[in-house]
Amino acid sequence: MGQPLDIPLEQILRELTPQVLGTVVRRFRDFAAAEDAVQEALLVAATQWPDHGLPENPRAWLTQVAFRRMTDQVRSESARRRREGQMVLEASRVPNTTTIDSASQEEEEDTLVLLFMCCHPALTLSSAIALTLRAVGGLTTAEIAKAFLVPEATMAQRISRAKQSIKDSGIPFELPTKQIRAQRLRAVLHVLYLIFNEGYTSSAGPQLQRVELSREAIRLTRSLRELLSDDAEIAGLLALMLLTDARRLARTNGEGDLIPLTQQDRTLWDRQQIAEGVALISATLPKGSVGPYQLQAAIAALHDEAARAEDTDWPQILALYDLLRRMTDNPMVALNYAIASAMLHGPTKGLELLDALKADTRITNHHRWDAVQAHLLEMAGDRDGAVKHYRTAAGKTGSLPERNYLLMQAARLSSELRLGNGQR
Amino acid sequence: MKYILMMNATKANFDMYAQWSKEDLQRNVAFMRAFSKELKDSGVFVATEGLGWPNEARIVRAGRDGEPITDGVFAESKEFLAGYWIVDVESPDQACKIAARVSAAPGPGGTAASMPIEVRQVLTSFTDLGI
Repeated sequence: MGQPLDIPLEQILRELTPQVLGTVVRRFRDFAAAEDAVQEALLVAATQWPDHGLPENPRAWLTQVAFRRMTDQVRSESARRRREGQMVLEASRVPNTTTIDSASQEEEEDTLVLLFMCCHPALTLSSAIALTLRAVGGLTTAEIAKAFLVPEATMAQRISRAKQSIKDSGIPFELPTKQIRAQRLRAVLHVLYLIFNEGYTSSAGPQLQRVELSREAIRLTRSLRELLSDDAEIAGLLALMLLTDARRLARTNGEGDLIPLTQQDRTLWDRQQIAEGVALISATLPKGSVGPYQLQAAIAALHDEAARAEDTDWPQILALYDLLRRMTDNPMVALNYAIASAMLHGPTKGLELLDALKADTRITNHHRWDAVQAHLLEMAGDRDGAVKHYRTAAGKTGSLPERNYLLMQAARLSSELRLGNGQR
Repeated sequence: MKYILMMNATKANFDMYAQWSKEDLQRNVAFMRAFSKELKDSGVFVATEGLGWPNEARIVRAGRDGEPITDGVFAESKEFLAGYWIVDVESPDQACKIAARVSAAPGPGGTAASMPIEVRQVLTSFTDLGI
């Protein structure tokens, strides 16, 4: 039977997972059981397909196996209930497996409903992330656990609690109304953004980079865009991911030390990914409904397009951060605005802006507050102040490579100070 | 048998570390990376984590209503865990030898810092006690 596998099996299964799961949930209305049934079907496929080749219609094949598992379960469940003298499940709930056809609009909609369900605001963010990767991304629990550096049992529990929360909350498996959809889409994009970030910022050296999470986030955002091509923020998020991920190789050296944007070897940036991101954001911005992801993508594009750090188009970046800070209450945006302003109008202007943010403890408690302060003080020639703030930032950061970087900055400046004093 | 090797330091130690020269820091960071790799290569590595600095450390106790009561003020002499390694070895001697290796990590000027490393056995589950 079947054709030989010319695409990696894993890739085929991952792409089919949300479609199959969506179909099974729609028929049986039991998310937790459907999820288990689909995982079992994926396992069967993973053991049979490499030997027997790809079935003619892989999606229908998987759906049938999952349906059979569900049917078995419903039967044994109803037998159990009969024994207990309770309600017998209607036979009509067991669907006819011959009605499965090829991918249709209904199935695409199912994938979308599934995403809305996994990223539901009733779930904690960590649950939503885990469930999205498993149910929509088709990753195994072991793979997700490895990506987040937690034991597999912990991740299994997180996923099963997430499924339970969905059950308890009575979230229906249907497309939300138009008004709710926009709001829920923001939640979906936020989860995808967090998955990307987890893969991107936690990297501690080329060999340790958890690129699979970033790639997975890009893949999921791409497929979301295929389903909802008219939403500008999805395109914005995809562009932002592509333009940020393009710099991955240049972000750390062989030892895993962080390299800031201004000092990166720009020949290591992924030109093809930059071209795709730039084209995407250039085509999206003129459409009019500008949102935070599009603005961040546009800023990333300006950085990526500068051949050298000194060629960076700071006036445009400043203007974009200005728009962004009017749009969001994110304190990091205010910090970035201050940096852009310092690059354009000098460090004094940047420090003034920082001073105006002093009352916001969300900002001042964060290590970036001190890191930016240190950077601007160094630009202004206040080495003593810069050293102090670099060290404070080092004491606050939760990342080891970042702590090393900040301590090295302080050490570099204070040795310059000592040399300077010695010469005098 | 598993042992945890704990590197403890006072606030004053942390502050001193922050004032090392760039070369000293680089040497120390490179040593720590090589040390972890060495543990992995020799098949004894179980886990390692570095901890955030004590500036934000809190001691928490449950109040009468079960709500947390936090205290962030510590005596200057108090030691804080800076980081740990867990190794799976044949004998306590082997654990001590590994601890001595990391204690010899380069300090200022490249000489061994001789940081004190606390070595404690990690208890196994009850099944290993024959109960």
